[in-house]
Amino acid sequence: METLAFLAQGFAVALTPKILMLAVAGCIIGTVVGALPGLGPTNGVAILIPLSFSFGLNATEALVLMTSVYYGAMYGGRISSILLNIPGDEPALMTTLDGYPMAKAGRAGDALVLSGVASFVGAMLATIGLIILAPVLARIAFLFGPAEYFALYLLAFATLGGMSSKNQAKAAIAACLGLGISMIGLDNSTGLPRFTFGNLHLMDGIDFLVAIVGLFAVTEVFVFIESHGRESAIGIKIAKLRIPVRDIMRSGVTMLRASLIGFVAGVLPGAGASLGSFLAYMGEKAMVRDNSKFGHGDPRGVAAPEAGNNAAAGGALVPMLTLGVPGSGTTAVLLALLVTLNITPGPLLFQERPEVVWGLIAALLIANVVLLILNVPMVRIFVLLLSVPPWVLLPGVTMIAFVGIFSLSGSSFDLLLMIAFGVMGFFLRKLDVPAVPIILGILLGNEMEDSLRRAMVISSGDWRFLFSSGIAIGLWSAAVIGFCAPMFLRRLLKRPQALTD
Amino acid sequence: MKSDRYFGLFIVVVALAFIASATQIQTSFLADPVGPKTFPFILGMVLAVCGLYVALRPDEEQMRVQSIGKVAFAAAVLVGYAYSLRPGGFLIPTAIASGLISYQISPRVVPALITGLALSVGLFLLFKFALGLGLFAWPRAWFG
Repeated sequence: METLAFLAQGFAVALTPKILMLAVAGCIIGTVVGALPGLGPTNGVAILIPLSFSFGLNATEALVLMTSVYYGAMYGGRISSILLNIPGDEPALMTTLDGYPMAKAGRAGDALVLSGVASFVGAMLATIGLIILAPVLARIAFLFGPAEYFALYLLAFATLGGMSSKNQAKAAIAACLGLGISMIGLDNSTGLPRFTFGNLHLMDGIDFLVAIVGLFAVTEVFVFIESHGRESAIGIKIAKLRIPVRDIMRSGVTMLRASLIGFVAGVLPGAGASLGSFLAYMGEKAMVRDNSKFGHGDPRGVAAPEAGNNAAAGGALVPMLTLGVPGSGTTAVLLALLVTLNITPGPLLFQERPEVVWGLIAALLIANVVLLILNVPMVRIFVLLLSVPPWVLLPGVTMIAFVGIFSLSGSSFDLLLMIAFGVMGFFLRKLDVPAVPIILGILLGNEMEDSLRRAMVISSGDWRFLFSSGIAIGLWSAAVIGFCAPMFLRRLLKRPQALTD
Repeated sequence: MKSDRYFGLFIVVVALAFIASATQIQTSFLADPVGPKTFPFILGMVLAVCGLYVALRPDEEQMRVQSIGKVAFAAAVLVGYAYSLRPGGFLIPTAIASGLISYQISPRVVPALITGLALSVGLFLLFKFALGLGLFAWPRAWFG
C-alpha cells in the first residue's frame, strides 16, 4: 500500500508536460541509437550526458531522459538484428539467431512485431520487479557499513570480470587501470595531491564523463575506421505489418520465463543485459519441448532474448539505485550521471529524494508504453534510418561527442584527454581487454578507497574487521565464487565443443 | 612473440611506475590508519601480478591491426580539431574534421565534402538554436 502511495506521487511528478516530452524524446533517440549498428546503449547515453547538462535539466528530468534512452536502445537493437543480421547493439546479438532466419523466410514484419511485444513484456515486468524489490533492498542496505560496502564494490568488479569477459586477468587489469585513474587528483581525506605530477588540470581528477565518451564513442570511431567499415544497407524489406496473434500467444510463457531470467541476471551486479539475453535464449532452448527449430527462425527464439535483455535492463537499475553499484555498463554510465547531478544513490536516496526515485519509476512505466507504440505500429520510420551510411553517421557521432565535452568545460585539455582515452580504448579493444571495468573503476575508485579507510578508522587498523559481519563474509565469498567459478565452468563448457570441432 | 606478452610486460612496467609514484605521495599529520598510500600500493601490486600472468600465459589470438596509419591519421585530425575549436569557431573546423573522417571511412571526395558541410551546418543549427548551447560560428579573430 505504501508503495502504491509512492507510485501515485511519482506519477504526479512524471505527468508534467516537460517530463512527458523528455520521456518521448528519450524513447525516440534511444530507439534510433539502438537501431544503428555501432551505436549501443552505453555509447548513446555516454554521448548524451554532457549535452543534458548543457540544457540545464534538473535531476529528475535528466534521469528520465537518460533512462528513456536506455530503455529505448534495448528496444531498438532488435531492428537491425532482424533485418540486417547485424546486432544494433551487443544485447541484441542473440536476436539475430532466430530473427534473421525469420526475416529471410518473409516474416520480417511478424518478427519485428513479436520482438516489440516481447520487449514490452520484459521491460514492464522488470519495472514492476524494480518497484517491488528496490524498496526492500534499500532497507537491507541500511545494514551496510563501510566494510560491507568495500566487499560489495569488490563483488561488482569480480562478477563483471568473471562473467562478462573471456580472460579474468585482463578484466582485473582493466579494473585496476580504472581504479588507478580514479586516484589522480586530491586525496579525499587528507586533501593532498596524488599522481598529479604538478599539473593543475589533473588536480581536479579526471572527469569520468571525459573517460566514458572517449572510451566508448571515440574508440568506436577508431575501430570502425580501422576495419574499413562495412556498408550497411537494407537487406530485407517489410512486406506487410500485421499482428501475429498466434505467435504471440504461443510464446507467452516464453516471454514470462525469459523476463524472469533476464531480471535476475540484471540485478546481479556487473552482469548486465547481454548476459540476460544470452541466458534467456539458452534457458528457453533448454526448457521447451521441441527445440529443433531454434536457430532456424523459431518465434520463441525471437521473443526470449528480447524479453530477456529488456528485463535485464530494468533489473540492472535495482542495484544502481539502491546500493550505488551499477549492474551493467550502461547503468555505470547512468551512475556517472547521478553522481554529477550531486545525487548519491543508495538507501538514503529512497528516503531523502523520493520524488526522484518514484518520478523515475513512473516515467519508466510511461516510457514503456510510448516505446511499444513507437516500435510496433511506427517501426517503419526506424527501418528507414538504417539506410544512413556509416560515413555520415560516424563523423556525426564524433562531432556530437566533441561538442558535448567541449560545452561542459570549454577546455581543449579535456578534449585531448578524451582522444587519449579513445586511442587507449582502441588498443585495449584490439587486445580483448574489456572497457566497462575501467569505467566502473574510475566511478567507484574513490568510494571504494573511502569505505576501506573508514572501516579501518572504525577498527583502528585491524584488517579482520573487513570480515567481521555475516553480510560482509557473504559478499566476499560471492565475489570469490563469481570471479573463479567461470574459469572452471569455461573448461567444462569448452571440452565438448573441442570434440565436435 | 604473442602480442599478449608485450601487453603483459607493458602493464607490469605501468604497475611499477604506479607504485614508484605512490611512494612519492605526501602523508599528512592527520593520517588515518590506512593513509593515502596503501590503496594505490595494493592496486599496483594486483596490476603487476595480473600483468605478469598475462605475459606468462598469453591468449592464443594475435592482435591484428590492419591499418594503423588510418587510425593515427584520424587521431591527429581529432587533436587538430580539439585545438582549433576554441579559436576557430564551430563551422570551419567541424566541416574540415568531419569531412576528413568521412573520407577515412569511405574514400570518395564529393560525398565526404557534402558530409562535412552538411554536418557542420546541421549540427550548428541543432546545437545553437534547438538546444541553446553557446557556440561561436566563426573564428573570433574575424570580429576582433
